[in-house]
Amino acid sequence: MIALEHVTKRYGAVTVVEDLSLAVAAGEFCVIIGTSGAGKSTALKMINRLVSPSEGRVCVDGEDVSLLPPAALRRRIGYVIQSIGLFPHWTVTRNIGAVPELLGWSKARIRARAAELLALLKLAPDAFLDRYPHELSVGQQQRVGIARALAADQDILLMDEPFGALDPITREGLQAEIAEIQRSSRKTVVFVTHDMDEALKLGSRIAVMDRGRLVQAAPPLELLTAPASDFVRDLVGRDDLGVKLLGLGTVASRLRAGASVPGEPIAAGASLRQALSRMVAEGCDRLAVADAEGHPLGAVHLADLLRR
Amino acid sequence: MSARLRDPLLWTSFALAGLVLLLPQSKPLFAALFPDLDRPLFELDGFAMLLAGHLLLVGASSGAAILLGLAAGIFVTRPAGVEFRGPVETIVAIGQTFPPVAVLAVAVPVIGFGFDPAFIALLLYGLLPIVETTIAGVSGVPAALREAAHGMGMSEAAILRKLELPLALPVILAGIRTSVIINVGTATVASTVGARTLGLPIIIGLNGANLAYILQGAVPVALLAIVLDLAFARLLASTRPWRYSMPNN
Repeated sequence: MIALEHVTKRYGAVTVVEDLSLAVAAGEFCVIIGTSGAGKSTALKMINRLVSPSEGRVCVDGEDVSLLPPAALRRRIGYVIQSIGLFPHWTVTRNIGAVPELLGWSKARIRARAAELLALLKLAPDAFLDRYPHELSVGQQQRVGIARALAADQDILLMDEPFGALDPITREGLQAEIAEIQRSSRKTVVFVTHDMDEALKLGSRIAVMDRGRLVQAAPPLELLTAPASDFVRDLVGRDDLGVKLLGLGTVASRLRAGASVPGEPIAAGASLRQALSRMVAEGCDRLAVADAEGHPLGAVHLADLLRR
Repeated sequence: MSARLRDPLLWTSFALAGLVLLLPQSKPLFAALFPDLDRPLFELDGFAMLLAGHLLLVGASSGAAILLGLAAGIFVTRPAGVEFRGPVETIVAIGQTFPPVAVLAVAVPVIGFGFDPAFIALLLYGLLPIVETTIAGVSGVPAALREAAHGMGMSEAAILRKLELPLALPVILAGIRTSVIINVGTATVASTVGARTLGLPIIIGLNGANLAYILQGAVPVALLAIVLDLAFARLLASTRPWRYSMPNN
């Protein structure tokens, strides 16, 4: 779907990205993580040609992007940035409809699409369609920013630290929603962040960059269990590695079906990390498990969490 | 209804129209106020004609200044025109340093008396605020918005038309307002070279020490400036239902 092939970007004497090769398959949620100045945003912007590589080649759907007209390429790719960048003089509807407007959609179709996307992102369409960005909280603005990037139903979504300016609670809500949207739509997402918890939560694969170079690209579990270098080990965090590992698994995977335990049940979809947290807080070594509707499924034991 | 009646734009406009229509009938009043004057009322030309001439001169010169100023301001904020930004700003600033009277004095021997030299002097004089505010307004558009626009595949022309100019409009309108109001006052000077404006009674009144003439020119000009200023304030308020509000900007 997306392939960066031996890509290098220099600004004068400074090399920002060096010999980066990374392939992102269709339907993959690829997170690029690194410290500030690692070149991750630059790498992302080479995909939609906001930045041109000094060397190497970037392909989207097998086509070399340097041969495609930039505007046409970008209309095929959703783009979300940390500073959101909603047009302040346009209503929410018109902001969401920016790319559809470029593609020549009718006003009615744009409005219907905007309402659909607002509902998807948990904003009441009737209350928000005709508001201006300054009337929205930052979290609501970024929801509209994501709706704008999804408006033309592009296959590819590029997100450049989209949740960096949000408070922790808003951020968690949006992380859950973008994960759900990606799961249900099978879009290809490339997501830049410097937050390892965010990367582990969202990524089906995580690419670690350090000073312009790709250090390791691997699924979350492999990144935690087989870090390629001390840099990756530090980034992952040595002290709470175990807790992070538990964060990758769900209660459903360690379920003792049919067992019955008293007490408030935990959802089968919750992470093992949440289960451990509940056990420690409640001073018990087993929890009842229920499905999303609250029907009892069985139990999970502390010993089950220790299995690898 | 009562709110509309208290609208200052409405009643200053009525006051200006009423003044221009009633002045020709006001000879007894001015005769009583200035008993020493042989001719207490300016009668060489109709006040309505002078107001029309004044508006025509201001409208034509400001219209040309707006077109030229916008074009220059937009050009130097494009990637292709960036190198011209310094020179353009300097030239425009020089245009405003020359007093209009000096421009008139230079222009008359070249193109003669009448409307044309006045038009040129006012055009040059009104250019600076428009060019400056166009540059300030367009380059004041936050980089994040430009990045978002590029990222979604808007062309440079679309970014100018849909993003930069609408966002810069309140700032540009403020520049146009300044330029037009200055020109309303400066257009009175144009009567020294034979342009028919409300400056004519003022100039003749100054020459002949006729205070009545000066008042009959100066009061309508002042009212006209107030009316136009209020109209611009109204226009400015209507262009901006939005505000900037973004993280990290």
